[in-house]
Amino acid sequence: MITMKEVYKRYPNGVVAANGIDIQIDQGEFVYVVGASGAGKSTFIKMMYREEKPTSGQIIVNGVDITKLKNSKVPLFRRNIGVVFQDFKLLPKLTVYENIAFALEVIEESPRVTKKKVMEVLELVNLKHKARMFPNELSGGEQQRVSIARSIVNSPLVVIADEPTGNLDPDTSWEIMRIFEEINARGTTVIMATHNKEIVNTKKHRVIAIENGLIVRDEQRGDYGYEN
Amino acid sequence: MKIRTLGRHIKESGKSIARNGWMTFASISAVTVTLLLVGVFYVILMNLNEVATSIEKDVSIKVLVDTTAGETEREDLLNKLKKMDKIESIIFSSKEQELDELITSFGDEGDLFKELYEERNPLNDAFIIKTKDPIDTMEVAKQIETFDYVYKVNYGKGEVEKLFNVIDASRNVGLALIIGLLFTAIFLISNTIKITINSRRKEIEIMRLVGATNGFIRWPFFLEGLWLGILGSIIPITLIAFLYKEVYSYIQPKLEGHFIRLLEFTPFIYEVSGLILGLGCLIGTLGSLLSVRKFLKV
Ligand SMILES: Nc1ncnc2c1ncn2[C@@H]1O[C@H](COP(=O)(O)OP(=O)(O)OP(=O)(O)O)[C@@H](O)[C@H]1O
Ligand SMILES: [Mg+2]
Repeated sequence: MITMKEVYKRYPNGVVAANGIDIQIDQGEFVYVVGASGAGKSTFIKMMYREEKPTSGQIIVNGVDITKLKNSKVPLFRRNIGVVFQDFKLLPKLTVYENIAFALEVIEESPRVTKKKVMEVLELVNLKHKARMFPNELSGGEQQRVSIARSIVNSPLVVIADEPTGNLDPDTSWEIMRIFEEINARGTTVIMATHNKEIVNTKKHRVIAIENGLIVRDEQRGDYGYEN
Repeated sequence: MKIRTLGRHIKESGKSIARNGWMTFASISAVTVTLLLVGVFYVILMNLNEVATSIEKDVSIKVLVDTTAGETEREDLLNKLKKMDKIESIIFSSKEQELDELITSFGDEGDLFKELYEERNPLNDAFIIKTKDPIDTMEVAKQIETFDYVYKVNYGKGEVEKLFNVIDASRNVGLALIIGLLFTAIFLISNTIKITINSRRKEIEIMRLVGATNGFIRWPFFLEGLWLGILGSIIPITLIAFLYKEVYSYIQPKLEGHFIRLLEFTPFIYEVSGLILGLGCLIGTLGSLLSVRKFLKV
């Protein structure tokens, strides 16, 4: 479902963040992306949803070469991908419910479908009872659950998360992890960049390790492999 | 676009107009001032133009026939004039008629001339000529000056030309002024919208992330610019309509009986209002598109 062929990325300032990446990720996989700070994990991930364009090479997502995708086609492409960040990116003036519904409103989904889908994902992340609250009334873990709910509300084929537990304490991180595994169990591909050794070593999945813009290790049910 | 979506865009644009109170006020004021000046200027210019045109229509050439010319020479001259194809009409006015006219034009004091010139009329026979197109007046007059037995050619072109020169000059100055003002207003609006956009950076970031199209993201800002333009044209339209009505009903009666006149209140005021509103919308949308453009580059 995601294929990268000889992908290079050199930023305008000269930093090479991807130095010939070849990878294949199949539908339904759960993948950890690990590596030291500055290794190129975020760049690797950003290229998958075309936040960054590679300098050279091919990236094929759902059969489409997104390096050749016209700018005007990017919005439609993004509707198949859910993205989650370390800092949640919720809108402070909207309630939990509205924050999730926002993702469907701006792609002109009907109010009926929007309501149904939002209620479904609220159930999944276990926040139905806090639907009317505002983000600043929630804990970090709860905010991240809202953000995850928003990322999957449009039933994407893949959810990409860049250090989703980076701001959270261990207990909360496990709760987030449980949700990702549930999403994955329903058939959605999950790709997660993380520094969380505990999680990677306990919840075993495929591990892709990146160093200096290169994939140095790619194991099914792998270990974190670094000392933090 | 769906009605529901349009409704959403309108709501969003209204919200941010309300939220950015002072900046909104500043740019609406800029639009108001600009449009007011443009409108007043336009009204004055169009009326000057109307006056000039009505004067111009009345311009005629008076060819004074040399006193040495006899009956035949005068006929020759008339035939020559008749052959000129730019001329529409020729009226002969004998020197006696000319004197009568002069005397009546002086009213009571005219009797003085009557006594003075009863014996020997110092005036000339004349042909009063109208050209088909007023523009040709000067050219035709110059040509006639070269004919035999023409003592002198008079035409009121001088005054009309001066008036047209004034109109032309003020049009140019005004145009430069207006263009300057328009740019200022556009700049102010685009700055207001930039601030709006900045305060909604996060919102836009998320919209792009979840796959909202650029068109969808752009709409509320486009509408916001449009509202600013429309709001800015309300005062100029009302004020100019009111003032023109006053000025018109004050001046027009005084012009009765003269061949000059002002443009009638309607439909002229509709034309002016349309122009102001159109310009307002143009300024607003240009300003908003200018500021959004850079923002949506991928
Ligand atoms: N927009 C950018 N412009 C220039 N250089 C960048 C940009 N983004 C990242 N880099 C550089 O590219 C390299 C890889 O960055 P990246 O963010 O992909 O690392 P990372 O593995 O995600 O690190 P971290 O674990 O700290 O998040 C770094 O040297 C970084 O400085
Ligand atoms: Mg990173």
